[in-house]
Amino acid sequence: MTAVGFWKDRSWVSEWLRFFLADWQENKMDFMNTFRLALRALARNKMRSALTMLGIVIGVGAVIAVVSIGQGAQYIVQQGIQAMGTNAVFIAAGSNRAGGVRQGYGGVKTLTVDDMNAILAEIPLIKQAAPALTSRQQVVYGNQNWSTQITGTAPNYFDIRTWPVQAGSVFSDQEVDLAANVCVIGTTVARILFGSENPIGQTMRIGNLPFRVDGVLESKGQNVTGQDQDDVIFAPYTTVQRKISGITWLQFIAASAVSQEASVAAVAPITSLLRERHRIRAGTDDDFMIRTQADIADLQNQTQSTMTMLLGGIASVSLVVGGIGIMNIMLVSVTERTREIGVRMAVGATEKDVRMQFLVEAVTLSMMGGAIGIVFGLIGSMLIANLLQWPTLISGKAVLAAVIFSTLVGVVFGYYPAHKAAQLDPIEALRYE
Amino acid sequence: MAEQILPAVDPDKAPGKSEPMIRLENVYKTYDLGEIQVQALRGVSLEVRAGEFVAVMGPSGSGKSTVMNILGCLDRPTKGRYFLDGVDVSGMSKDELARIRNKKLGFVFQQFNLLSRTSALENVELPTVYAGIKPEERTRRAMESLTRVGLADRAGHHPSQLSGGQQQRVAIARGLVNQPAILLADEPTGNLDSRTSIEIMEILQTLNDEQGLTIVLVTHEADIAQFTKRNLEFRDGKLKRDKLVEERLIAREVLKTLPTAEEQAAEDAQEDASQEKAATENARQAAPKA
Ligand SMILES: Nc1ncnc2c1ncn2[C@@H]1O[C@H](COP(=O)(O)OP(=O)(O)OP(=O)(O)O)[C@@H](O)[C@H]1O
Ligand SMILES: [Mg+2]
Repeated sequence: MTAVGFWKDRSWVSEWLRFFLADWQENKMDFMNTFRLALRALARNKMRSALTMLGIVIGVGAVIAVVSIGQGAQYIVQQGIQAMGTNAVFIAAGSNRAGGVRQGYGGVKTLTVDDMNAILAEIPLIKQAAPALTSRQQVVYGNQNWSTQITGTAPNYFDIRTWPVQAGSVFSDQEVDLAANVCVIGTTVARILFGSENPIGQTMRIGNLPFRVDGVLESKGQNVTGQDQDDVIFAPYTTVQRKISGITWLQFIAASAVSQEASVAAVAPITSLLRERHRIRAGTDDDFMIRTQADIADLQNQTQSTMTMLLGGIASVSLVVGGIGIMNIMLVSVTERTREIGVRMAVGATEKDVRMQFLVEAVTLSMMGGAIGIVFGLIGSMLIANLLQWPTLISGKAVLAAVIFSTLVGVVFGYYPAHKAAQLDPIEALRYE
Repeated sequence: MAEQILPAVDPDKAPGKSEPMIRLENVYKTYDLGEIQVQALRGVSLEVRAGEFVAVMGPSGSGKSTVMNILGCLDRPTKGRYFLDGVDVSGMSKDELARIRNKKLGFVFQQFNLLSRTSALENVELPTVYAGIKPEERTRRAMESLTRVGLADRAGHHPSQLSGGQQQRVAIARGLVNQPAILLADEPTGNLDSRTSIEIMEILQTLNDEQGLTIVLVTHEADIAQFTKRNLEFRDGKLKRDKLVEERLIAREVLKTLPTAEEQAAEDAQEDASQEKAATENARQAAPKA
């Protein structure tokens, strides 16, 4: 049978349908019997069957594991985004379009506290806003020494980011006005510098200046990229601007809108306001970037669909490879069992009976591979999730897809060998040595 | 040709009254090998009535297997017609032929052709599976069939655990399990020793005598053909002779005259023992001289 003939003779399409829809009661050779026969035939060559299944096992296992881990990661990202506040609007200094090279925070000096106040005054969609700038500094307490990031901001920053203190308190607006040497520290800094000592009220050094510790923030753990979010110190932005960095501008403004819709609606007015204030001529790029919750969600959706396509690609490649393995082994099996096929035909097996026997065998092989793959995939994802301390999110859809696809692979790749077996001439098959 | 083709009619049956079980009408079989064409059968006409026991004979390459394959619906004639039980099967589809093989025909091969690593019982069951019979009924029928060939106690044995004769009996049981109209056997005794061959013939004779089963077998051994009722001789793809067997041998009687396997073994053992005895005797006589 040539490939062309195989395509021209479309009866195999209806055969597939019949395979799925057939009423087994009516079927000449009942299904359980065929299935038992298939299991027995596969059990005769255990090693070979196992190796043949391996392709499917790996394919399905990988997909399940990756999907589960991906979902765990996604869950963490979502939590992180939620923690930032769903109405959040971030305005960062710098442009991601300047000559195709993104300029860092420090590169642009135009974003100021006046900008922030103008936004608050002129754009009612924005409820509150906090200025921010960062600087990496050496911090010292007693004989403990540590390098960490100092963020200068205002007290409402902690409201916008929904990040309360676990002990002590946040510095006040007056302390911001006075550019006082006070700070709030993350739990990592507290642990490293103070150990078991209570840091509240103690004086530590940031750079060369003494700072009083007012509060310790609640722990946020690692973020998606594995960065420790508790390795931070917050101080009044005025203090950081004047005494540490020696600058007058900001690196970003953390704002929050009155609602989620408002956060998106606020982007255009903020853009035109800032362009006007920064005197940017038409046709020139912004010197700031605005990110809203919706942008992040969009980005995430994009990433996710790319991920899905990638996974789909991996899955189909490995399943096709697995399927070719099954086809190969089934062709070998048909050749080896030519005589058996001849005997079966001589005692009354029709073409359909023979075809069904080998098709069921191929599907059994692929479905068993799929089932083992699911088990391995689940175990693997649990292990990895455990290692990364992520929640394990088993995707029911991925499991279902694995079952359907592995069955389909068996049918698609098992059909040709089964068809070949059914086309054998009984006399020649009986004479085969 | 000196020999006249005799009318193929069993004198016990009323000739011409009933439709014959098998009727071949001017059957040709040509194998097209591209450059050359092999004419395996060239115009064979014959009739076999219900209850007959026929041996097909002839030299190698004379077309015996070819005609058996056509009779067994494993192959179709290139030209001519084949009526099986009054139905023209020469134009039937593959599926229809499979159904006929399943329901009406039993086939026994020279190489037994049992499924390996499958019990005797399951081998015998095979045709009933394709007949769509329920599992319990299958087992019952297969057991009954095995009992008929005297192998009920070997039901669970695999072919590799059975002797050649026993394997062929399993194959006969398989051929009988769907209660076919005809049993076809292509050199069923070809791989067996003479005693075992006669045991197989005993089973076939019993089936023919007691159940009236129509049997057609191929053999090239004249003494095996003597157990049947009618001999057909093929030569160069043609039926050359058709004669009824006179002085038919009865396998049961012949077996009585032959030593059984155990007796044979005992006899051999006795022979060995006496030879040994003689040897020791010789040795003892030789010893004092030394
Ligand atoms: N598939 C085939 N292709 C080509 N020629 C064939 C084929 N089968 C049989 N023949 C030829 O047909 C002729 C009859 O063969 P057949 O097998 O019927 O002989 P036979 O009488 O059974 O011989 P034997 O006693 O050796 O079994 C032979 O010449 C053989 O070569
Ligand atoms: Mg032959």
